[in-house]
Amino acid sequence: MIAIRTEELHKVFGEFTALNGLNLSVDEGTIFGFLGPNGAGKTTTIRILTGLAHATSGKAWVMGNEVTADGHKIAQEIGFLPEEPAFYKWMTPPEFLDYVGRIFGIPAAERSRRTKELMALAGLEESAKRRIGGFSRGMRQRLALAQAVLNRPKVLFLDEPASALDPIGRKEVLDFIEQLRGQCTVFMSTHILADVERVCDTVGIINRGKLVTEAPREELLAQYAVPALEVVVDEKSESKINPWSETLKREPWVKTISRQELVVRIIVNNIETAKTELLRSAAQVGMVLNKYEVVTPSLEDVFLQLVSEEEAEK
Amino acid sequence: MNLFTAFRKEWMESLRSYRLLIVIAVLVIFGLTSPLQAKLLPQVLAQALPIPAGTDISAFIKPPTVSDAVAQYVKNMSQFDLILAVLLSMGAVAQEKDKGTAAMMMVKPLPRGSFLGAKFLGLAALFAIAITISGIGSYYYTGLLFEFMPIVPWLALNVFLFLYVLVIIAITLFCSTITNSQAAAGGMAVGIIVIGFIIGVIRNTGRYLPGELNTWGIRLMQGTTTASWTALAVSIVMIGVPLLAAWLIFKRQEL
Repeated sequence: MIAIRTEELHKVFGEFTALNGLNLSVDEGTIFGFLGPNGAGKTTTIRILTGLAHATSGKAWVMGNEVTADGHKIAQEIGFLPEEPAFYKWMTPPEFLDYVGRIFGIPAAERSRRTKELMALAGLEESAKRRIGGFSRGMRQRLALAQAVLNRPKVLFLDEPASALDPIGRKEVLDFIEQLRGQCTVFMSTHILADVERVCDTVGIINRGKLVTEAPREELLAQYAVPALEVVVDEKSESKINPWSETLKREPWVKTISRQELVVRIIVNNIETAKTELLRSAAQVGMVLNKYEVVTPSLEDVFLQLVSEEEAEK
Repeated sequence: MNLFTAFRKEWMESLRSYRLLIVIAVLVIFGLTSPLQAKLLPQVLAQALPIPAGTDISAFIKPPTVSDAVAQYVKNMSQFDLILAVLLSMGAVAQEKDKGTAAMMMVKPLPRGSFLGAKFLGLAALFAIAITISGIGSYYYTGLLFEFMPIVPWLALNVFLFLYVLVIIAITLFCSTITNSQAAAGGMAVGIIVIGFIIGVIRNTGRYLPGELNTWGIRLMQGTTTASWTALAVSIVMIGVPLLAAWLIFKRQEL
């Protein structure tokens, strides 16, 4: 069964088009990674699907209910974690979870049991008597996740759930999401590819309000399994990286280039040509390399390739 | 059911944030000092005016009566009711929208009407309690300083003061709904109230506006039976219409 579906979804803010005919289909029970650069339309999509915003045109369904007609209809069946969760700072975490439970109409005994269970799951038992106002970002995020799953939702919307967290916080949140596999459909928007690669089984890539591609993660990797080369440049040659990258971009055997400090990753069309030409090119500009290897493409490579192709078409 | 849940949260917030305590404290202080102000005013004036020592001041200034105490009470209460009602209502919806708590809650099965209704009822309950305590305190203290007043008109006077506060709350909640800034909401509410005052003075329509309720209350205390039913009806409309408009707007608002 399809849990989420959108049909030609448009959202326009003045002269800015946030969604430009988004067509999406998410199967029930999957952890769907909704990937895209900042401003691609991820949050807008989630706001429309949760009933917080209205589509300019097009339709959307969540669990078979048309949310573009009445967004509140699915309130009982969904959970939502916004990018920046906000709480009533004067409440303690159990009070907040109890309040959410009351809104869902959960009976008192069940509410109390569920609150204790989620406090433990979120690792907040020791902070049960503290006011939320004094919580760290990580603690708030865990509490936000707990409130999002309190009603055992059929569909859980997570907007950048781990973006603002430190590595430990990110791991905790991703572990939490991992535990939900098979229990509900998770729709997770993010711009962090490593997070999607770790927990999502299906990936949708959005750019400029349009879906670029949508497929199971492994299928996507196999389909776009393009060879890549990774070089680590010596510190002495750091100033030469950008001019060298510009030169490489003009080579017909190069598809895309990405850089992370001293690490340069090059997606190529022809690995044999690349093996010969890359080193020659580096030597020509006097680059000193500390490492050079052929690597397996990651989701990041696929993402960059797809988005750059999309940009080139425009 | 969810209206009750949301109201319960509003009530808890009033207690935890000391809002209830603050409103009670302010209204009780000004309620209690009203008869005292009326009692001491001639003596204060006598000291301020160049009256020769030993002169009987009652020749210049009428001795204060229970009516002066009542007038002072209405003046103090209506002023502070207005200030407190605007201050407490202006952020009620705007702040929740701005901080994001409204978005967190509105994706849950909490109807927007219940959210707004609970805000109104929470503020109404807070002022009902504060006005009741202040009214009882002032009634007793006026009795001690002057004479004990008839209870029923005093009760009616305080109900009118409460209705007047509800008008201010409803208007400010409406302003808080249409903006995301509590300062803008407060500014708009004060603007609407000031325009109401000006219209009342210039066009001589004041007797049909909510402020007339306070005058009606004073008249009841004086034993006059002239009623201001139109002002009462207008006040009820001025409570209902802003709340209805706020609900209709909030229902369609993107969060």
